[in-house]
Amino acid sequence: MKNPFNDKNFLESPCDAERRKFLKIGLKITGVLAGGTVLSLISDIDRAYSLDIFRDQYPYKPHYAMVLRQDRCIDCKKCMTACVSTNQVPDYGWRTKILKRELPAAVDQKWDFIPILCNQCNNPPCVRTCPTTATYKDKTNGIVQMNNKKCIGCKSCIMACPYDARYYNEEKQAIDKCDFCFGSRLSTGSHIPACVEACPSDVRIFGDLSDPASRVFQLVHQLQKPVWVLRKDVGAKPNVFYMKD
Amino acid sequence: MEGFGKAWFTSNIKSASKRVFSGGWVYLLSISFFGILLLIGIGAGIHALFIAGSRHAYATSREIPVALLIATYVFFVVASTGLCLVSSLGHIFGVENFQPLAKRCVYLSIITILSGFLVIGLEIENPFRMALYNVISPNFSSNIWWMGTLYGFAVVFLTIEFILLFNEANHHKAVIAGFLGVITEVAANSNLGGVFAMMNGRPYWYGPYFPFYFILSALLTGCAFIIFFFFLAHKAVNKEPLMEKTKTALHAVSKLTLLLLAIIMILTAWKVLTSSVGGPAVTTALSVLTGGPYAFNFWAIEILVGMVIPFVLILASKGKNLTVMFIAAVMMIFSIFFTRVDMVVVGQIVPQYFDLGVVEYSKLHTYSPSVHEILVVLGGTGFCVLAFLLGEKVFSGFADAPRTEIIKEKTTAIAGAEEPT
Repeated sequence: MKNPFNDKNFLESPCDAERRKFLKIGLKITGVLAGGTVLSLISDIDRAYSLDIFRDQYPYKPHYAMVLRQDRCIDCKKCMTACVSTNQVPDYGWRTKILKRELPAAVDQKWDFIPILCNQCNNPPCVRTCPTTATYKDKTNGIVQMNNKKCIGCKSCIMACPYDARYYNEEKQAIDKCDFCFGSRLSTGSHIPACVEACPSDVRIFGDLSDPASRVFQLVHQLQKPVWVLRKDVGAKPNVFYMKD
Repeated sequence: MEGFGKAWFTSNIKSASKRVFSGGWVYLLSISFFGILLLIGIGAGIHALFIAGSRHAYATSREIPVALLIATYVFFVVASTGLCLVSSLGHIFGVENFQPLAKRCVYLSIITILSGFLVIGLEIENPFRMALYNVISPNFSSNIWWMGTLYGFAVVFLTIEFILLFNEANHHKAVIAGFLGVITEVAANSNLGGVFAMMNGRPYWYGPYFPFYFILSALLTGCAFIIFFFFLAHKAVNKEPLMEKTKTALHAVSKLTLLLLAIIMILTAWKVLTSSVGGPAVTTALSVLTGGPYAFNFWAIEILVGMVIPFVLILASKGKNLTVMFIAAVMMIFSIFFTRVDMVVVGQIVPQYFDLGVVEYSKLHTYSPSVHEILVVLGGTGFCVLAFLLGEKVFSGFADAPRTEIIKEKTTAIAGAEEPT
């Protein structure tokens, strides 16, 4: 007797199989240039961000997140300048930065620019390790914030952060980090961080990941283009997503 | 117990001072030297934190935020746990051979924690906030909070135990305080391992290895400290022959040292082997340790000076030749210090975005200690040795009745020799 489980059609319709095959080929092609492993890209799309159950579990309202359309970045550094002036970042520190990656084998653009900042993780290692709760996850909006007066300067959060997003600020006598400009802008009525406003090529999309009408929601939950996060293996569940336009 | 009245206090201070000042010029010179070292260390730390700024005075950075000073703190507090554990084998868990070690070990355990606290106090940017917010704003999921709090409690329990140990009538209470001391020390040590083991963003540290390794390494460090300080106490400070029961205790310690050295060698081998098949961050860290800039530290200092040669020396000493055991202990202590530094620095040497292939994170980080950091380490060491030297005189060599016992032992030996066979 023929084993029904050996028959692919028994498990999935030809239409589904073709769709998945097509999607995977597309992801492999774009995935090579995206820089992450192809496997992780596919798994990100399939498992994490397309599931309705994940949407239901956004624990914050608004659940602030950022999508970085990496290939749009031209390394003009306007985001960095805006961040420095808005948040009084000293010359020895940074809250956001643009990394450069050389792609000698690429046929067109030889450089890739990757903006980085605090990933405002859902499972933040920095918050877990801080002995005095000087750094904490904001219960309303999910931003990882600092209470400077409680910071003892042990620097364990710098050690714990998988994204190199923290430094000790001498003037503040505390650790400083990106807070999506909550302290300098969002809390005073502005809707977007300074870096997002300053970016001339619309690399950075900021918004509420729990709101289906927001751009970040739509970009993260679409299936046509791969979306990935940095250092997914750490398991910090970041809220900064990367994709190519 | 006698009352701690003013007269009692004054007379004890007077007699302790008399013992200290009659210690001889070498002793007084040593006290002065280590006292000056302590003051220089404190001065360097205060200058770094409150005047120059740690960014300028210490060689730590955003990339390597903790280094020599945290390694020194780890060195001292792990030694404290070891001393506490080894001494507890005797006077708490009843292993007779270890019983003569109690008082000096508990004292050493206290002063090594305090040495560690001194160094970390000069490393943390806002030590005064720590004292306040550790209490009023604790984070129970933080290993650092647990570690600091438990070591704080350990100092209290060990101090109570130490005081109670001086009166035989309080032995039962001393055992209870000591037992609490052991529990807090082990839990604190384990959380210290957890500080590194829970760093899921640092693959070289992440995993259950370090909490387990720290306990065993603590025991080994404790054994090395016991041999080192007992030898110095009897040969250099008090210049009294070792009592037979102390010799037996040190013989037992040497056996334990051999066992622990063997275990640490096996653990180290497996750490290297498992790291060699890890992800890029782990294999790169391992290559730095075993074949890169830290290879000399690892092969020559950690393995050869810290494990292989001491193992051979202690085996050759048969636990009886104290001078050979002392040399082995010196080598182990020297090596363990570098082991701590290597562990702390190598765990951070691979950049966080190393795998991403970006220019900014393509090179491994580097670290060389600054003069301020070295001075603070010397200050911590100065405190430890100074407290040891003072303790030997203030507490009369930690003996119940040393003179009587020596005389008694000598009489027994003579009587035994004169007996017809």
